[in-house]
Amino acid sequence: MRRNEKYWFTLPALTVIGIIVVFPLTYNIYMGLHSWFVAGGASPRWVGLNNYVKIMKDPRFWNSMRVTFLFSIGALVLETLLGTSLALFLNREFRGKNLVKLLFLFPIASTPVAVSLIWGMMYNYDLGIINIAIQALGFEPQLWLASPKMVIPSLIFADAWQWTPLILLIVLASLESLPTDPFESAKVDGAHIFQVIRYITLPMIQPAIIAAAMIRSIDAIKTFDMIYVMTQGGPDIASENLNLYIFQTGFSYFRMGAASSLAIILFTIVLAVNVLLAITRKSGDLS
Amino acid sequence: MKKVQKAAFYGAVFLLCIIPLFVFLWMFMTGLKTQADNLAIPPKIFFTPTMQNFKSVFDQGHFFKYLGNSAIVALFSVGIALLLGLPASYGIAKYRMRKIGLVLLVARMVPFISYLIPWFIIFRALGLVDTYISLITTHLIITLPFVIWIMVNFFEGVPASLEEAALIDGCSPLQAFVRILIPVVRNGIFTASVLSFIFSWNQFLFSLILSGNRTMTVPVAVFQFISYEEINWGGLAAAATVITVPPLIMTVFVQKYMIKGLTSGAVKG
Repeated sequence: MRRNEKYWFTLPALTVIGIIVVFPLTYNIYMGLHSWFVAGGASPRWVGLNNYVKIMKDPRFWNSMRVTFLFSIGALVLETLLGTSLALFLNREFRGKNLVKLLFLFPIASTPVAVSLIWGMMYNYDLGIINIAIQALGFEPQLWLASPKMVIPSLIFADAWQWTPLILLIVLASLESLPTDPFESAKVDGAHIFQVIRYITLPMIQPAIIAAAMIRSIDAIKTFDMIYVMTQGGPDIASENLNLYIFQTGFSYFRMGAASSLAIILFTIVLAVNVLLAITRKSGDLS
Repeated sequence: MKKVQKAAFYGAVFLLCIIPLFVFLWMFMTGLKTQADNLAIPPKIFFTPTMQNFKSVFDQGHFFKYLGNSAIVALFSVGIALLLGLPASYGIAKYRMRKIGLVLLVARMVPFISYLIPWFIIFRALGLVDTYISLITTHLIITLPFVIWIMVNFFEGVPASLEEAALIDGCSPLQAFVRILIPVVRNGIFTASVLSFIFSWNQFLFSLILSGNRTMTVPVAVFQFISYEEINWGGLAAAATVITVPPLIMTVFVQKYMIKGLTSGAVKG
């Protein structure tokens, strides 16, 4: 009786997680091996790996892979560099520090649909504040969201507004928890501030930076809300990432089998990126 | 020199703080402007604020209902997550069932759409699309793993001697859990509840597919506005302001633990 005690506490939750999480995932893998036009009334038809073969030949899939890659890499690199630099800058005692931290929590907590809507207005060609501002500075107005060339950088910029704060705050928390001795001895030895950052600070906060990058990568690769609200994947399919393509395949074209196999591919990508980042972190070899 | 440096630092921090605030200020200002002011070029910094947009958001019928829907779905999905997740995270912490944590981390990497496709098929077959049941069930996919994820860390921080003392005094394991441990980790419970409430409140994809006229949540309602009223910026911004204020207020109360909450699990690993 005592031996089973540990399962009393966990079993209810694990059962529910089995039903709401594990079961759909299994079903997803199974459905990925079928062809099913859900609006047609026919039942799913077994096609084996045929969905995957078709996907590999599908130019729209490769376009969505390119968009996913460009958007995620761009967002991740920008947010990590910016977030880490700002954290280093803010890492000192000053009045109002807690207020500053609170202000940087706001973008993280805000409703993506709401802020994406506002970003869409700010990017508007005729009336948006961004074009008005750069015209006042003497530049040409840009089609931020309507030109295939500008749309991904514009989305990355909006994403960076919302998520750089997360990296900033994670890295700052790590900086604040560092021991002071190494810094004091470096000071005594007359090390320059950049030497201190390069050889002492960065190696010590590296695990936190990678952890922050992991968390961000999971969500950046899967980004949906922001792109769907601001461009719906447009112009044409210039900003359609894999997640949006899956959504369209499943819920606009009702091809559930194909959508399921695409979803498995997306999951595999997220998993692979995180395994890679975890290995980097374990080996401790960033420098 | 020292003084100049200090002033420069504070100046830089001030400029830095404008960045996160700017989008919210712009949102609020747009909501307070008349249509004519919103179409003015250059944009008016000084204008006569009007509450008309906010009034019409609430007047045009259903916005209160949508707010209520969002609140109901969030409250139930958080409540059920606590009911199931608190004992589970206690068990995981106490018996060091670390592998479960790994499963939860992988569950978080799964695209929401992988959950949505099967659940949509099932709920459609059962006629449960556009009911609270379908929304609460799918939001639980987010809230339950998250509650466990945070609470394992809090339970691990409780000294084992505390519980042992309760057991020696004649408490059953369940009594020790409810009477002794739950009060000790109340900060964690508060943080987990508020953060998962925010996640549920902000959730868009599940609600986009699984809600309908009866159960529409606020992010979906605002998204629908966009297609109807492309040009009514004031109305749109007012609606956006109304839905994003609750998560921002909640943030104030959990600021101390929020980053720890969002990163726990991943930072260890």
